[in-house]
Amino acid sequence: MAQIGQFALALALVVTAYSIIASLLGIRLKHDNLIASGRNAALGACLCITTAMGCLGYLFAVSDFSIKYIAAHSNRDLPMYFKVSSIWGGQEGSLLFWGWLLTIYSALVIIQNWRKHSAMMPYVVAVLMFTSLFFTWMHLFIVNPFNQTVILQSAASPLPFVPRDGNGLNPLLQDAYMVIHPPMLYLGFVGFAVPFAFAMAAMITKQLGDTWIRTTRRWTMVAWMFLSIGILLGGKWAYHELGWGGFWAWDPVENASLMPWLIGTAFLHSVMVQEKKGMLKVWNMVLIILTFIMSLFGTLLTRSGMVQSVHAFAQSPVGGYFRAFIVVALSAALYLLFDRLPYLKSENQMESIVSRESSFMFNNLILLAACFAVFWGTMFPIISEAVTGSKITVGPPFFNKVNVPIAVFLMFLTGVGPLLAWRRASTDSLKRNFLWPAVIALACGVVLYFRGVQHFYAWLAMVMSIFVTGTIIHEFYRGAAARSSGTGETFIEAVVNLTLRNTRRYGGYIVHFGFVLLFIGLAGQAFTTDAEGDLGIGDKLAIREYTLRMDKLGIEDTPNYASDKATLSLFEYGKKVANLYPEKRLYKAGGEQQPTTEVSIYSTAKNDIYVVFQGGTRDGKKAIVQVFYNPLVMWVWIGGIVLVLGTLIALLPNKKAILRRRPEIESKEERKEIETKIS
Amino acid sequence: MKRKQLKFVVGSVVIILTLAYLAYSGFKEGNAYYQTVSELYATRDQAYTRRLKVAGDVVPGSIQHDGKIINFVISQQNDKTKNVETLQVKYVGSDAPPDTFVDRAQAVVEGQLGHDGIFVANKMQAKCASKYEKESAAGIRKSD
Repeated sequence: MAQIGQFALALALVVTAYSIIASLLGIRLKHDNLIASGRNAALGACLCITTAMGCLGYLFAVSDFSIKYIAAHSNRDLPMYFKVSSIWGGQEGSLLFWGWLLTIYSALVIIQNWRKHSAMMPYVVAVLMFTSLFFTWMHLFIVNPFNQTVILQSAASPLPFVPRDGNGLNPLLQDAYMVIHPPMLYLGFVGFAVPFAFAMAAMITKQLGDTWIRTTRRWTMVAWMFLSIGILLGGKWAYHELGWGGFWAWDPVENASLMPWLIGTAFLHSVMVQEKKGMLKVWNMVLIILTFIMSLFGTLLTRSGMVQSVHAFAQSPVGGYFRAFIVVALSAALYLLFDRLPYLKSENQMESIVSRESSFMFNNLILLAACFAVFWGTMFPIISEAVTGSKITVGPPFFNKVNVPIAVFLMFLTGVGPLLAWRRASTDSLKRNFLWPAVIALACGVVLYFRGVQHFYAWLAMVMSIFVTGTIIHEFYRGAAARSSGTGETFIEAVVNLTLRNTRRYGGYIVHFGFVLLFIGLAGQAFTTDAEGDLGIGDKLAIREYTLRMDKLGIEDTPNYASDKATLSLFEYGKKVANLYPEKRLYKAGGEQQPTTEVSIYSTAKNDIYVVFQGGTRDGKKAIVQVFYNPLVMWVWIGGIVLVLGTLIALLPNKKAILRRRPEIESKEERKEIETKIS
Repeated sequence: MKRKQLKFVVGSVVIILTLAYLAYSGFKEGNAYYQTVSELYATRDQAYTRRLKVAGDVVPGSIQHDGKIINFVISQQNDKTKNVETLQVKYVGSDAPPDTFVDRAQAVVEGQLGHDGIFVANKMQAKCASKYEKESAAGIRKSD
């Protein structure tokens, strides 16, 4: 099986290289068959890498420890779903997974767009395959997952042998969220390669209208959605697996996923200005280039051990290659951009600071600033070492001080931006759109203040959230009321139809609402408290309106781990609401036993009670228990779900657009575009 | 430049300057010098006044719990002299040490060096890089 995998990788390398050459040569020679052959080769590359993935999955499933990667990341007693998810449990496998997704995306793009955009597609294929070539080369020569186990020769075992058992999957990764978090994140990272490839193709072919943007709009949204899910799942995993009571710590590895997300978000918004007004063309190119580069950079950060992180990643050789690839990709993209600047002239100018365009521009500016701040903070140890000779780390206060105000300002724009008119908003329309939401938000603000929300940013965040919610409800209400009086539909029907007729706009509002909820959850974290105690049987520990009582201390043994387990009763205002079972586990695989903390969480809309079993006291009779009171955490996850739903709605085609055929519209517009260019 | 455009420029500059100020004050609040044990000894004079992050391997058997306080020793080989240098650490942080904090783990402690030579830390990170990655790079240890 390993040989088949090796062979598939080698074949993929050849086929990928051929695909690039055939596509480019085909265009040069105007040879249609050659271009088609390049396309087929790209599809073939997908088949090869898929085969390699299949082989690796099979080797994990049968626990073939003669393969180094498998011996290092799996063991016999590991449950099957963790065995399979171990594929992305380490360096070699995650990169193979990245490369695999890239070829899958490439194949889908080809199938979807080959006929519609025949001029651009060979270049799109070439750009995607160039990226793929880099990854395939890495799989084959630098971090090959199919390498045989290297046995250290010793007197005791002069003959080569296969280890009887593997080293095991890191217990911290033995978690349902860790099964799906990396695929989601990678689906996001890799997804941005598609709009990037189209942007490059648009520049090469000089078809610089909004065709490339409209073609890749859904791809960008899908990538963005997966990246959002990936980030949130990572937070969720950290929250219930790491046992320190929070879900975000500005660790480099978290920042690595946030940076492309921030720029990707700016890009998603900014393209609307180009579609509607023909402005910000250069800017959009810069944004998509940066998004893709940041996705690569994110992969580099997490995969190279370049920056100190709590996450255990190897000091590995991939860093240098990744840096080289990023430099090549960035220089090529920027060179192309400079060369095509004359074709990217803006068709309009900003007219008023109170307008949709301007709100988009400020949204772009601060998202970029946020990304820059995160980048700066993450890289500061490296930058300061290069400049002053000493490594200086910046710490969470730096990130919070910059990003919290940015987030609040973004929230403000979220409420205001979508309702401002293009060009210039009149005072009348401002009053009509914002008076009531603002009044309600301020009134709630007063109430919140006297109910004890006196942390400045948390208060501001909550007031903004209410304001934005008000504007969103107002929009739905106004649209639906107008529709139901016109068509005689009931109000609910009107809301549904309204949304389905303009999925992009109303789906967008739902995404914004998801953000509001997420934001409320984040604001709640300003009020986290905790308590700690040594609890014997019957002992109690109080926190705010809750009391914990220790009922039982026991030991549990499974083939995979042994655990100390506490059973606690949770009382709210003296009434029992739940049993909680925090554990301290010792995983058995790999000789050295590693302890892990399994927290137990009682979650309500109002707050989480998060209980950690820290270990036994020295006499072994009591358990050290720490409890966190985390307000509103649930809203972070609910907000995430709403955000995904909103994105899915925005991905639906508009109801009326189904009647008119899309390709016609596009080709007509494309023709117009070409005509204007000629004239 | 037209008046309208001036507004945008002024708006953007105000935003960027505000953020720059916030970044600077946040940096002042949380910055720490990241050093290895040997670098710490090399810059001893400045070490007492700075907030430091020091990385090293936890010496096996050195972890001693004293209520909430944890005393342990981290060590690191000096690249130049090849001597193993050690640092006595007293962890007084409010958070429990991470699960990965065990003998031989790679620990990063954050705090200040006292004049008695004991490093008082209130934050700690740890990872067992050795188990999951270093070994697989060197080949699998024989399992017995």
